[in-house]
Amino acid sequence: MFQRLPNASGERVSFTIDGRAAEALSGDSVAAALIANGVQTCRATPVSGAPRAPYCMMGVCFDCLVTIDDVGNQQGCLVRVRPGMRVETQNGKREIER
Amino acid sequence: MTQTTRSDYDVAVIGGGLVGSAIAWGLAQHGQKVAILDEGDIAVRPSRGNFALVWVQGKGLGLPEYAGWTKRSADNWTGFSAQLREQTGIDVCYERPGGFLPLLSEAEMEHRANQLKRLHNQPNVVRYDYEMMDRAAVAKEMPFIGKDVVGASYCPLDGHCNSLKLLRALHTGISLSGVAYLPNHRVERIEQREGGFRMVTASGEVRSGKVVIAAGHDGRRLAPMVGLDAPVRPERGHIIVTEKTAPFLKFPVGFIRQTDEGGVMIGDSFEDVGLDTTVRNGVTSTIADRAIRIFPLLGKLNVVRTWAALRVLTPDGFPIYEQSTSMPGAFVATCHSGVTLAANHALALAPHIAAGGLPDEFTAFSARRFHVPAAA
Repeated sequence: MFQRLPNASGERVSFTIDGRAAEALSGDSVAAALIANGVQTCRATPVSGAPRAPYCMMGVCFDCLVTIDDVGNQQGCLVRVRPGMRVETQNGKREIER
Repeated sequence: MTQTTRSDYDVAVIGGGLVGSAIAWGLAQHGQKVAILDEGDIAVRPSRGNFALVWVQGKGLGLPEYAGWTKRSADNWTGFSAQLREQTGIDVCYERPGGFLPLLSEAEMEHRANQLKRLHNQPNVVRYDYEMMDRAAVAKEMPFIGKDVVGASYCPLDGHCNSLKLLRALHTGISLSGVAYLPNHRVERIEQREGGFRMVTASGEVRSGKVVIAAGHDGRRLAPMVGLDAPVRPERGHIIVTEKTAPFLKFPVGFIRQTDEGGVMIGDSFEDVGLDTTVRNGVTSTIADRAIRIFPLLGKLNVVRTWAALRVLTPDGFPIYEQSTSMPGAFVATCHSGVTLAANHALALAPHIAAGGLPDEFTAFSARRFHVPAAA
């Protein structure tokens, strides 16, 4: 659905989404990297379980919550993707131990 | 406005919080025509800031009747919440897994054990189970307790609910029962008129046969208008709530509990600051610190909100339920446990108000207990 701008540039960064290998460009936020990799929904809400995707991309809406390197409820749009980062979509409430 | 001499309502309940709503709900189930006179959006509202425990253990030292009243309400809660769900479709998420009060030193253990022993040794006190548990026993139920936890008191009668849903269910229920909810009706004056009462409010006059003052902090101002006394004072308590988390804490643990939706509420502060709901960081950090000593894993969670609310406290902390002797038909009901006692307010108190008088069992809750000279 989303495509990168033709003039997008940057170094390739390898990371994983739910254990699958994925690629981003350096400087991408996790939320942007998820979208660029075709992820349609990145979490389910904690009470009703409704699907959600990154929306505001600026730290306000909290709809891009994901688990990053075993820490739940991270705002994907406020974290830069790093080499080797493990991003997991979050199904409902976070776990207290992660 | 047309003035009529007859009453508009059988009962006017002043206050639309948990106490007023529960009483109004109970009155309506007994066929009374009821109005709730409430303030507007800007009001001191403990019912929107409380901790949502239905709590029995430790209550009633100094007034054994209160221990019995509390236990009876907790026992009524299962049926009460079922009735609300049936009527309104709202599940107030009441659960009764038993509650722990964690203790962080041998001195705290001894103090708590003595307190509960004294409570249960009072003459005519209601008997119920509780247990002082050592660390190993607590760890069996909650292996993630911190190293500072020496033990806990446990009572199987304790539980909790979603108190915002309780308030919503009560308001939905009273609306379905034909109760008139009148917001922006702050009562300025109450006058006894022709065997009934006339309330002069910010939005006009309301007449009723009986009046119930369930106005929380404002009871102090209103009760003397009908020959009653409600010498309540505000006590500020802070609450911290974390992000929603997968269920890990089955029990309400004194001032820490996980809500039905997953957030963890932490609240354990007592300040005498008047009608001031400002949040103080020093207080929230102190209660967060104690909570993390009890459950270290809480330290990983993000806090999403903090707030402060004002308990409605009488001089001895026990409720006041009383009918005016100089103006019969006027009642006062005030307490700081609007959640725990909601079931009794609806099922055990309201029927007596509907019938026009409180039986002897309520004598212990009269404000006359404060009308004695203080010791020198």
